[in-house]
Amino acid sequence: MNILNDFPISLIVLCSGFALMLLGLWGMLTQRNIIRIIIGFSLMDTGIHMVMVSIGYVTGGTAPIINDAVPMNDAVNMVVDPVPSALVLTAIVIGLGVTAVMLSFAVRIHKTHKTLMIDKLTESKW
Amino acid sequence: MIKRMFIFIILALLAIIFFNLASNYSESSSLSKLGHYYVEKGPQEIGAPNLVTAIVVTYRGLDTLGEVTVLFISAAGVGLLLRRTRRRPPDEPTQHQQSQKQRSKKIISTHKAASEIVETATELLLPMIILFGIYVFMNGHLSPGGGFQGGAIIASGTMFLLLALPESHLSRLMIAITESLSGFSYVVVGVLGVMLAGGFLDNRFMSLGTYGELFSAGAIPLIYTFVGLKVGFELSAVLDRFRQEDNSEDSGSV
Repeated sequence: MNILNDFPISLIVLCSGFALMLLGLWGMLTQRNIIRIIIGFSLMDTGIHMVMVSIGYVTGGTAPIINDAVPMNDAVNMVVDPVPSALVLTAIVIGLGVTAVMLSFAVRIHKTHKTLMIDKLTESKW
Repeated sequence: MIKRMFIFIILALLAIIFFNLASNYSESSSLSKLGHYYVEKGPQEIGAPNLVTAIVVTYRGLDTLGEVTVLFISAAGVGLLLRRTRRRPPDEPTQHQQSQKQRSKKIISTHKAASEIVETATELLLPMIILFGIYVFMNGHLSPGGGFQGGAIIASGTMFLLLALPESHLSRLMIAITESLSGFSYVVVGVLGVMLAGGFLDNRFMSLGTYGELFSAGAIPLIYTFVGLKVGFELSAVLDRFRQEDNSEDSGSV
């Protein structure tokens, strides 16, 4: 219990999110395969979402949905911040759209060049 | 080598930033001012028990319209990138190659027929998945869920259909019409909010109804239905594009 008090749950989520962001950025910078770069992007995206959600956490808070368990007049003291949740909802959808476009670029590149390694795509270098 | 060093330095610097942020972090014990306002006033003003929905659809409704637009543009981009190229390759295939191609095509189209069990299970499960998606976006103002989640569930139903019955054909015209109509209706509902209520995407031009009922919270169920349909069909179209890409790859450039 003591350890849990020292490391609140949102701090753990925050640190995991930061770790995922670093991992994803590392993958995007070092990998040469396009699919792996896209996976790195997805990891970084997920890390950002986790960081945003953890910032909205309020100690002991529950989901911001008013019902019998969370009465309307006392909801202010019981729920987590709904604003970061709403922002993360937006961010997830946009991340999905970006990933879909990146994957279709990868399909296109593989179709024309028969490779997914970015080292072999030399024609656009100047 | 120098490149590796650069990457390492950048990551180390970012790690230092993150470490400082995390070590100075303390869990907040109360809501931020904006969150406090939304939680306090949201249920009365908007009439939606799910406060995230209240924020996404009404308070930050314009953001959501932008989000839907981004999703639409990305779906259009996928469609553009994965379109079938109509023009023939410069070297016309000879008779022999053509017959070979036809033979290989025949093999592809016959060797993957789904078994009876898979077919029956698909017919049984697919309506339920679609129904669940509709349930999720209709109840977005009452319970966890909403247009995007429900749309994703509908798209997962499409994914299921495409995996189980690869021969099935999705009508692209139907998808395009439904998607455009729901997107258009979404904007029309927003404009109705300007004319009949407080502002763009204001949900109060319809009566708020009984708090906690299915048909309550003004226009939120309507808006989320349009968003759910639009997202579901858009993602289905993206999946269909990737599927067709796969098929055309298999059977050569047809």
